[in-house]
Amino acid sequence: MSENKTVTFIIERQDSPETAPYEEKFEIPYRENMNVISALMEVRRNPVNANGEKTTPVFWDMNCLEEVCGACSMVINGKPRQSCTALVDQLEQPIRLAPMKTFPVTRDLAVDRSRMFDSLKRVKAWIPIDGTYDLGPGPRMAESKRQWAYELSKCMTCGVCLEACPNVNDKSDFIGPAAMSQVRLFNSHPTGEMNKSERLQTVMGDGGIMGCGNAQNCVQSCPKGIPLTTSLASVFRDTAIESFKSFFGSDQKL
Amino acid sequence: MAGNRDYINRRIHSLLGVIPIGIFLIQHLTVNFFATRGPEAFNNAAHFMESLPYRYVLEIFIIFLPILFHGIYGVYIAFTARHNVSNFGYFRNWMFMLQRYTGIITLVFIAWHVWETRIAIGLGWAELNYQLMESILTEPFFFWFYVIGVISTTFHFANGLWSFCVSWGLTITPRSQRFVTYATIIVFLAISYVGVRTLFTFAYGG
Repeated sequence: MSENKTVTFIIERQDSPETAPYEEKFEIPYRENMNVISALMEVRRNPVNANGEKTTPVFWDMNCLEEVCGACSMVINGKPRQSCTALVDQLEQPIRLAPMKTFPVTRDLAVDRSRMFDSLKRVKAWIPIDGTYDLGPGPRMAESKRQWAYELSKCMTCGVCLEACPNVNDKSDFIGPAAMSQVRLFNSHPTGEMNKSERLQTVMGDGGIMGCGNAQNCVQSCPKGIPLTTSLASVFRDTAIESFKSFFGSDQKL
Repeated sequence: MAGNRDYINRRIHSLLGVIPIGIFLIQHLTVNFFATRGPEAFNNAAHFMESLPYRYVLEIFIIFLPILFHGIYGVYIAFTARHNVSNFGYFRNWMFMLQRYTGIITLVFIAWHVWETRIAIGLGWAELNYQLMESILTEPFFFWFYVIGVISTTFHFANGLWSFCVSWGLTITPRSQRFVTYATIIVFLAISYVGVRTLFTFAYGG
């Protein structure tokens, strides 16, 4: 095996949220089975760029290193994905890394995904079980339903679907596919269903379901294989029904 | 509350694209197709449409107002997207982009077409008959302008029918969405044939 084989990285860097981005090239010694994160760790160990100049170590976010936390998402060769599961052997060189610019860049490859967590709060992506007294056990969930609901619960808020979506951008306030899928998840839960109407009314407002233009990049990009377009279409149906109920009236409301 | 103003506008936009605009489009292309049976057949069909009772009410509420709303709000929708087919070259992403491009082309085409025919006729500058369309379409520039305009309209309608089915929650599963994709491709080919065949008749006769 050639011992001085190297891997070329072209990394889009940014020193602070306000400064302009710039590109920097790195030649990193190849090791077997390396992933993008181990290459970035190599840059951190020896922060010297391809011109042999000493530079600052590239900054990025990471946590679980097994594709369940979503923190290390970045744009790798044009596609957003987790850098922990991006194996160097499977990538075309030079490997281009860039931050997911749908989100505010904090530094280099790290972005601030707060907007996703704000969206989850807006749509009440939780099951309300707290009360001033013991509410007792909730209704049971059918096993068949639990199985598909579990698929939706795999969402790790990584931001890949927002980055891939042509309608999540600076000109639109669409909150993105991830939160819509959580609306479906919590509306399908027997206890969560008690707030179904409330969640639907929220996504019938600003940044809601109507921001979806059915480009379907989300479902193609989701690293967890979540059926996002099925969730979006399901929320489309539920909001259509909710509109009729709230305008024409139903036995659910006064 | 049944959603905010933006939500209601989007719902109206989606609905109007099919009812009445989509239905009108099919009716319009069908009546024009009479041209393939000769100038007299076309003139009879056109005069029948022209002599419908309360025609102005029909025109305003079934054609002009819905198209104005759909067109103007559609421009706003088209300009809120940031296209990314270079990185995400998936079929639906292409359709998403083409839907917005054809929407703009269709709006320009319809504006010109209405000006040249309906408004010109209304102002008495032209008379509704086979010769009017023949004189327009025998000019090569306008012939190709009409071909592009008609195909862009039929594409926008057929693909719009697909997203209509999703937006109203008719097709939820990927399987049903794929089925409707095939169905709308057939719709696109069929009504494109009807439209373009008519244009060829006006331009080259028979």
